[in-house]
Amino acid sequence: MREGPAMTTDAPSLPAKRKSMSLIDHIYDPRSRGIILQVLLAVALIWFTAEIVNNAITNLKKQSIASGFDFLGRTSGFDISQSLISYSNTMTYARAFWVGLLNTLLVAGLGIVLATIIGFIVGIGRLSTNWIIAKLASVYVEVLRNIPPLLMLFAIYFAVLKSLPAPRDSIELPFYSYLNVRGLTVPMPTWLDGIGYVVAAFFIAIVAAVLIARWARIRQEATGERFPGVLVGIGLVVLAPLLTFLLAGRPVSFEYPTPGRFNLSGGVTMLPEFVALLTGLTLYTAAFIAEIVRSGILGVSKGQKEAAAALGLRPGQSMRLVVIPQALRIIIPPLTNQYLNLTKNSSLAVAIGYPDLVSVFAGTVLNQTNQAIEVILITMAVYLVVSLLTSFFMNWFNSRMALVER
Amino acid sequence: MDPAAAVVEPSAARSAALAVEMRKVNKWYGEFHVLRDIDLEVSKGERIVVCGPSGSGKSTMIRCINRLEEHQAGHIFVEGEELTSDLRQIEKIRSEVGMVFQSFNLFPHLTILDNLCLAPQWVRKMPRAEAEKVAMSYLERVKIPDQALKFPGQLSGGQQQRVAIARALCMNPRIMLFDEPTSALDPEMVKEVLDVMTGLAQQGMTMLVVTHEMGFARAVADRVIFMDRGEIVEQAAPEVFFNAPKSERTQAFLAQILNH
Repeated sequence: MREGPAMTTDAPSLPAKRKSMSLIDHIYDPRSRGIILQVLLAVALIWFTAEIVNNAITNLKKQSIASGFDFLGRTSGFDISQSLISYSNTMTYARAFWVGLLNTLLVAGLGIVLATIIGFIVGIGRLSTNWIIAKLASVYVEVLRNIPPLLMLFAIYFAVLKSLPAPRDSIELPFYSYLNVRGLTVPMPTWLDGIGYVVAAFFIAIVAAVLIARWARIRQEATGERFPGVLVGIGLVVLAPLLTFLLAGRPVSFEYPTPGRFNLSGGVTMLPEFVALLTGLTLYTAAFIAEIVRSGILGVSKGQKEAAAALGLRPGQSMRLVVIPQALRIIIPPLTNQYLNLTKNSSLAVAIGYPDLVSVFAGTVLNQTNQAIEVILITMAVYLVVSLLTSFFMNWFNSRMALVER
Repeated sequence: MDPAAAVVEPSAARSAALAVEMRKVNKWYGEFHVLRDIDLEVSKGERIVVCGPSGSGKSTMIRCINRLEEHQAGHIFVEGEELTSDLRQIEKIRSEVGMVFQSFNLFPHLTILDNLCLAPQWVRKMPRAEAEKVAMSYLERVKIPDQALKFPGQLSGGQQQRVAIARALCMNPRIMLFDEPTSALDPEMVKEVLDVMTGLAQQGMTMLVVTHEMGFARAVADRVIFMDRGEIVEQAAPEVFFNAPKSERTQAFLAQILNH
C-alpha cells in the first residue's frame, strides 16, 4: 500500500522495483518468505540432530558403554525355543539376529497369506444374499476388529492354548500326533532316495498347468469354446506328485514322537506361542481386509453390473470379468497398509514369548549387551526394509491394475 | 406365480408380429407404485419414444423388458416368450435385447475393442478373431474405428456413448432399449449420438427410446408414449401427439419442455 504510487510509475521496469524492497517487503513476498522459512527450518534441524548425537556420545562415555557393532560377533549364550536355521547358545549374536528375523518373516508371511484368504472369503460373504452367511460375516468383522490385538493374543494363548493338558496327559491325535500345553507334536519326515522324482514331478506339473492354462486361453480365442484349464491344472499339480510318490515306493520315513514319563521325545513341535501369534494376527487382520474387500466391491458402480447383465453375462462371469478387476484397484492400496500392519504387529510376540526379531534381538540381545542404540537401530532398519519391500511390490501390482485415463 | 399364468398365452399370429408385449404390468418399490397396469404392444421394427416427467416410471418400464427390474404382477412377452424367473430364459432374452444407458457404463478397465468383444466371446462363444471383425465393423458404423485400442476414459462422452451402442449391437440384438442416451452428454455431442440412433432406425431395428429429444421423436418415432405417475397416459403417432395432445397432463408436459 505504501508503495502504491511508486509501483504505478515503475510498472514497466520490474528489476528496479525489486531493488527497492525492504526487509518488511521480503517477509510479505511469497518467494522470499518461502526461502527464509526453509533456511530457518534447516538450521533448526541440523542443530537438533547435532544435539542428540552429541548427547548420546557424552552419555555413553559417562556410563562407559561400548559402542560399535563388534558385539554381533560375540557368543550369545542363550537358547531360542524355535529356529528355522540351526542354532545353539554357542553361536553368535548375529546368528541369533537371523533366527529372530526368520521367525518374524515366517509368522508375517504366513499371516499375510492366511489373512488375505480369510479376508476375501468374509468380505465377499458379507455381501452374500444368503442371510445367515452375511450375518455370520458381519459378526466376525464387528467382533474381531474391535478387540485390541494384544488382548486377542492373550485370549488365544492363555485362555485356549494354556488350558491344554500337560505333556504326560497329551491328547493323542491321528497320525501319531500329540497335542499338549507345549504345542502340537507331529512325526518328523526324513526323505529317502527317490524323493527327487516326486519334487521333479511337482515342478513339471506346475509347468504343465501353466501351459494348459495358456493353451485353454488361446483355444477360447480361436474357437470360442471354454476348457476348464484351472481345474485340470490344479488336479495335475496335486495328482502328479502323489502318483510319483506311490510309484517310487513311498520314499519317506518318519521319526515318530514317543511319549516319555514327563515329556515327548522326537518328532517336530509347533509351539503354542507360534500358533497363538499366527492365529491372532491372522484373524484380527482378516477382519480389516474383509471390510476393504467389501468396500472395494461396493465401490464398483452398480451400472457396471447392470451393463454386464444387459449383455447376457452370467453373475459369475460379471463378477470375474467386470467387477473384481475394477474392485482390485480400490482394494490394493489399503490392503498394503494391512500387510504392513500385520508385519509390524508381529512384534506383539514379545507379550506371549514367541521368539521373533523384537523378542530375541531387541529383547534378550539388548539386555545382555546393553548396546541399545545399535540394537534398536538395526531392528528399526529391518522393519523399514521389510515394509518398503512390501510396499514396493504392492505398488508394482497396483500400477499393473491401474486404469488408463486420458 | 398366480394361477392365471398358465392361461395367458399370446396367440400365435399376434406373437409372431410382436417384439414386446406387456399386459397389466405392475411394480412397487415398497409402498411406491411405480408401474400401474402397463399395457403395451411393440411390433417388430417399430420405433417407440417414451417421454414423461422424472419419476414417471419410463426407465423402470423399459428396464423390465430385459429384467434389470423385476415386475411383480402382469405378464411381459419378448419375441413371444414370457419373462419368468427362469435364469436361463433371462440370460437368453438379455443376449437378444441390447441396452444403452444414460451413463454409458463402458467397462473402464478394458480397451474399446475388448469392451465390444467381451460378450460375443463369453456369451456367444465366438472366436476372438471373428468377434474382433464384428466389433470393428460396428465401430466403423459409429464412425470411431481409430479409437479401438484406447480406453473408455480417453474418449469424449459422445464417443463413449457411440461405443456403448456398438457394444450392444455386437450381440446382434433384435430389440434395442435406450435409457436417456443423451441426457449425460454435453450439448454439442448430442447430435452425433442421435445420428447413430437414426441410422439404426432406418435399418429397421426395433427400438424403445426413453428421451426428451423431441426433435428425434418427431423425425424417427412411429409412436410416442407419454407416461406420468406410473401410467401410460397417452400414445399416438408423433404428428398427432405433438400437434393435438388429448390429455391435460400431456399438454402441460409438452408446454413445459417445448416452450423454453
